[in-house]
Amino acid sequence: MTLLDLRGLTKAYPGVVANSDVSFSIGEGEIHALLGENGAGKSTLVKTIYGLVRPDAGDMTLAGQPFSPSDPRAARGSGIAMVFQHFSLFDALTVAENIALGMDNPPPRKQIAGRIREVSEKYGLPLDPDMIVGDLSAGERQRVEIIRCLLQSPRLLIMDEPTSVLTPQEVNILFETLRLLSEQGTSILYISHKLDEIRALCHRATILRLGKVVGECDPRATTSREMAEMMVGTVLQAPQRDYAEAGAEILCLKNLSAPAPHQFGTALKNIELTVRAGEVVGIGGVAGNGQDELVAALSGEMRTGEGMVVVDGASIGGLTPNARRKIGVCAAPEERNGHAAAPDMTLTENALLTGNTRMVLSKNGMLDWAKARDFADSIINAFDVRTPGTETTARALSGGNLQKFVIGREILQKPKVLVVNQPTWGVDAAAAASIRQALLDLAAGGSAVVVISQDLDEILEIADRFAALNEGRLSKPVSTKGLSIEEIGLMLGGAHDMEAAHAQA
Amino acid sequence: MLRLEKRPQPSTFWTYAAPLVAVVVTILLGMALFASLGKDPVGAIRAIFYEPLFGEFSFYYRPEVIKKAAPLILIATGLAFGFRAGVWNIGAEGQYIMGAICGAGVALAFYPSESRWLVFPLAIIAGTIGGAVWGLIPALLKVKFKTNEILVSLMLVYVAQVLITAFSSGLMRNPDGHGFPGSRNLSQYPAAANSELFAGTGIHWGVIAALIAVAVAYVILTRHQFGFDVRLAGQSPKAASFSGVNPNKLVILSLLLSGGLAGLAGVFEVTGPAGQILGSFPKFYGFTAIIVAYLGRLHPVGILMAGALMALTYIGGEVAQDRQQLPAAAIMVFQGMLLFSILGVDVLTNYRLRFGKNEVR
Repeated sequence: MTLLDLRGLTKAYPGVVANSDVSFSIGEGEIHALLGENGAGKSTLVKTIYGLVRPDAGDMTLAGQPFSPSDPRAARGSGIAMVFQHFSLFDALTVAENIALGMDNPPPRKQIAGRIREVSEKYGLPLDPDMIVGDLSAGERQRVEIIRCLLQSPRLLIMDEPTSVLTPQEVNILFETLRLLSEQGTSILYISHKLDEIRALCHRATILRLGKVVGECDPRATTSREMAEMMVGTVLQAPQRDYAEAGAEILCLKNLSAPAPHQFGTALKNIELTVRAGEVVGIGGVAGNGQDELVAALSGEMRTGEGMVVVDGASIGGLTPNARRKIGVCAAPEERNGHAAAPDMTLTENALLTGNTRMVLSKNGMLDWAKARDFADSIINAFDVRTPGTETTARALSGGNLQKFVIGREILQKPKVLVVNQPTWGVDAAAAASIRQALLDLAAGGSAVVVISQDLDEILEIADRFAALNEGRLSKPVSTKGLSIEEIGLMLGGAHDMEAAHAQA
Repeated sequence: MLRLEKRPQPSTFWTYAAPLVAVVVTILLGMALFASLGKDPVGAIRAIFYEPLFGEFSFYYRPEVIKKAAPLILIATGLAFGFRAGVWNIGAEGQYIMGAICGAGVALAFYPSESRWLVFPLAIIAGTIGGAVWGLIPALLKVKFKTNEILVSLMLVYVAQVLITAFSSGLMRNPDGHGFPGSRNLSQYPAAANSELFAGTGIHWGVIAALIAVAVAYVILTRHQFGFDVRLAGQSPKAASFSGVNPNKLVILSLLLSGGLAGLAGVFEVTGPAGQILGSFPKFYGFTAIIVAYLGRLHPVGILMAGALMALTYIGGEVAQDRQQLPAAAIMVFQGMLLFSILGVDVLTNYRLRFGKNEVR
């Protein structure tokens, strides 16, 4: 039985056709993958189904009836639910309050906690309705969103990149839930570019490229490589690397401890780490376990005690960000818009944001805009940033393109130590490969590189050694040679916490 | 349904068109207001905007507009730095008064010196320092004890107002003034007088200083690291901290700068148009400058124009009261309308109006 049928959907924006004659159908109880690079038109398509975008042409039928939702409320009324990639939750409120806030017709306050427990039991999603959301892990926050959807008993559940913030064990729990839903007849539209997951979970896959459907396949019978090549349209290059002999110790963290910088932050506890020249160290962990704080302690945004952060034998824990850049310590925080880059400033200004010290873009305090523009231009060219020009504001760039710009800006400064947090978050496969290659090339040139990432495949692909960050503590780094995803997952310790939560719920 | 949609880039057209549209909107609203009061709307608008500049008595009003605009522009230019960085100096009025007290104090200490090249520059320096120190107090308290600079700077205005009243009837009282409060008239004290540089134009040293301040501020904001840091910190505090901007340094520098310029305006006022330290020393330049800074969208050139426009509505308002018997309150409402229109139309720079159903791209 077909639940949702899309016929010839077309949507054009000025200058770009987001969807062109897209047709496919989703069966009842089917887990259907929507696969494509950033900018392939996945978001527009999903927003069309969810009533956020009206197509220029084409039509949809839902269970045989014509379906054209005028807004998300209408879509939800017809049984469409969606879990977004970025959560919209209030940190200071409880799980139950957050869920009630996001519902069109919330059940009475007294019943809601009971309903949440009921659903979380039924689908194996451990969640305590009285917890404050600010204290939850990313995986638990996602469960809040999922349960909010499930309380409305949807016929079609849309999930946008749901696993990007989860540990392997959390992914398994999520997949169990999704399979259970599918067996009970709920259809799922699963958007991702992680091919292994799609192969493990989905019954069918529709592949989009540049707004068009370029293929449909049974992911269980297709290799990841074949799907990736359909998605990208070319033959993929895996990053080239050789495990070079690591050189002298460059970066040394000795018993690094720091209090949490704000209420929902994480304290760093006794972190020990040595990074040698030519080495890439990958640090994994679920978001909110001290990643931001570790980057801040290295970039200079957060000062630490004497001797805790040592570069080339000199303690730099008390130095300002620019003093650190001067000796070659560069960083790229996770949040692109508003932290690594200023959204309302142009790319030229954003190039200046960190580039002034090493690229010498000013003289006696007077800024050399021509030179800054050249630097921005060289980043755009070297990292294939898609933008009309250097005078575009950062917020006008897509997430992936801005990420390329931010990472490129640091790499082109030829740092001695580079710390990046989530370098390829939300970046399409081809661009992610080029960013990873650039990080490897930087290390090959003798730099010490620290990659903090929740994408474990990424860490296995580029890191020489791996360590897990959990509640502000760093595990002992181990070589990535022969390390499996499962072993990493256990090091991350996320699964352990979840079982505890389940017992409470 | 009407709604606002955020533009990916601020509109260049509306950046320049918005103030003009706003003035037109204000004129239309103002005409409606004046008509509803039973006055001649065209005559009232003409009295406000035309008479002071081109009317029969413009030879008298034009210098008045310039003298009124100069301190507003000088103070607003300094405030713009802080406001852009998210440092809210609401106490420019106090810094302006302290500048006047310190400048006048130094000048009077040398009385009756005849050395113009010593007394006038010293008074200017003293006034600038006085204003800057008054601005430094909320800055240091904020940096050291995390106090709110809005409250502290505002409360220091009342302290300054009490001080100027006390000085005018105490320490600085004119010994030849028959016991009346008020200092010696500085504009009649040649070594310290800030008199007109060209007779009949209203241009005094404060006007020159305002123009220099605008030019320097423009260069700093667009070409200097400090201006970049200020803009960055205001737009995106986390990005500023990542970039290496020290927020404490920024708080101190922007309050020193805005305090110093307000103090400077105070000296030029007390040695020129006002002439003496008195409880009734011309008030509200420091508060009005806040409006001027925002009307000029915190841009030095914009502030130059906004200051002139604001001064014009003051002088023109007086003309309209005189000629059309408009109540003073109506003029203040009219000035308020100007601010609201500018802020309202300003939205179009960053947002566009859309008709019809919601659609999120």
